[in-house]
Amino acid sequence: MENILEVINLRKNFNKFALKDISFTLPKGYIMGFIGPNGAGKSTTIKLIMNLLKKDGGQIKVFGKDHIQHEKEIKQHIGFVYDESHFYDELTLDETKKFIAPFYKSWDDHVFHKYIKIFQLPLDKKIKELSKGMKMKFSLALALSHDAKLLIMDEPTSGLDPIVRSELLDILYEIIQDEEKSVFFSTHITSDLEKVADYITFIHEGEIVLSMAKDDILDNYCIVKGGIDLLDTYNQKAFVGIRKTQYNFQGLIDCREKVQNLFKGNVIIEKPSLEDIMLYIVRGKQYA
Amino acid sequence: MRIIISNSSNEPIYMQIVNQLKELILKDELKAGYALPSIRNLARELQVSVITTKRAYEELEREGFIETVQGKGSFVAAHNKEMLREKKLSIAEEKLGEAVLFAKSLGLSLDELIELLQLLYEEEE
Repeated sequence: MENILEVINLRKNFNKFALKDISFTLPKGYIMGFIGPNGAGKSTTIKLIMNLLKKDGGQIKVFGKDHIQHEKEIKQHIGFVYDESHFYDELTLDETKKFIAPFYKSWDDHVFHKYIKIFQLPLDKKIKELSKGMKMKFSLALALSHDAKLLIMDEPTSGLDPIVRSELLDILYEIIQDEEKSVFFSTHITSDLEKVADYITFIHEGEIVLSMAKDDILDNYCIVKGGIDLLDTYNQKAFVGIRKTQYNFQGLIDCREKVQNLFKGNVIIEKPSLEDIMLYIVRGKQYA
Repeated sequence: MRIIISNSSNEPIYMQIVNQLKELILKDELKAGYALPSIRNLARELQVSVITTKRAYEELEREGFIETVQGKGSFVAAHNKEMLREKKLSIAEEKLGEAVLFAKSLGLSLDELIELLQLLYEEEE
């Protein structure tokens, strides 16, 4: 399978934080959700991919090419959607478009107007008059109008209400219909948007905790609930994270098969959400 | 074509798709040659990931329920009647097995069970 994005042993050191040799790959035509708590290193990683920050080590390849050597060429085909608006507040949408379009060789005004219509954006309004959801959609319209093969979205859903989030979900499904485009988005809240994600990369404290097909994650992990008397020092070690109370325990185990051996059906087994998995891994041993 | 996905079910989503499509095919609601939606289209309609629908189609293909033609899409396979009957038979067997297990847990004897089955069978006619 052709890879659209490859991050290999990427390193970046700051005073109090470091990205520790992280690696992951996104195949063409698929969507990856990049999740993790605030301060985990998501935005740093994205800035490094976009070469807005200088890396200290490792390699990044976009469309199979080194992201610095071929920066100009690569950026022609990346659609970048920020969480913060990076437009001039005083310009109207139409003026902003006229300012941005000339940077792209394959800019298509026809496509731009199609999305403006679909997203119901007012071209004569100023950027500062837009709601957060509209700014995100405008950002997307611009990204989609220059034939981007890779969409990189940094926290696209932060501060958006469920209705706009669900619209974004529809848009993403629309985008990937042609098998040509790939999407990489980061988020610190696990939300409805993850329905669309084929792969999940989970980053915590500058390290990749897991990066695999979402279905494999959800099928492997399970939540186990039971009476506190069932726990002993041996079976407790099997948990990724566990929370004990006076009356019961519940925890996350990373392999369904283990549970039967450990507890012989005396426990309740439930399907976890990505949020459960994130919480138990982050808070993991803290609970114990 | 009707497919309903439950997020609270313990069954993986791709298996839910596999089982429901199988049932539709076995019941002949989806006939041989029926053009299934593309994996990406089905993913959008069901709001699941592309990998999920891809996996479901691969499983159905492996079991001979559908066929994929490069560049044209996936179709319900023209299976022979024998295979279809066999598959249905194994479903009947499985369900009867469940009934036997349940009857045993109630302490029913084989004769009592047969009697019950006869009654039900005749009722259906």
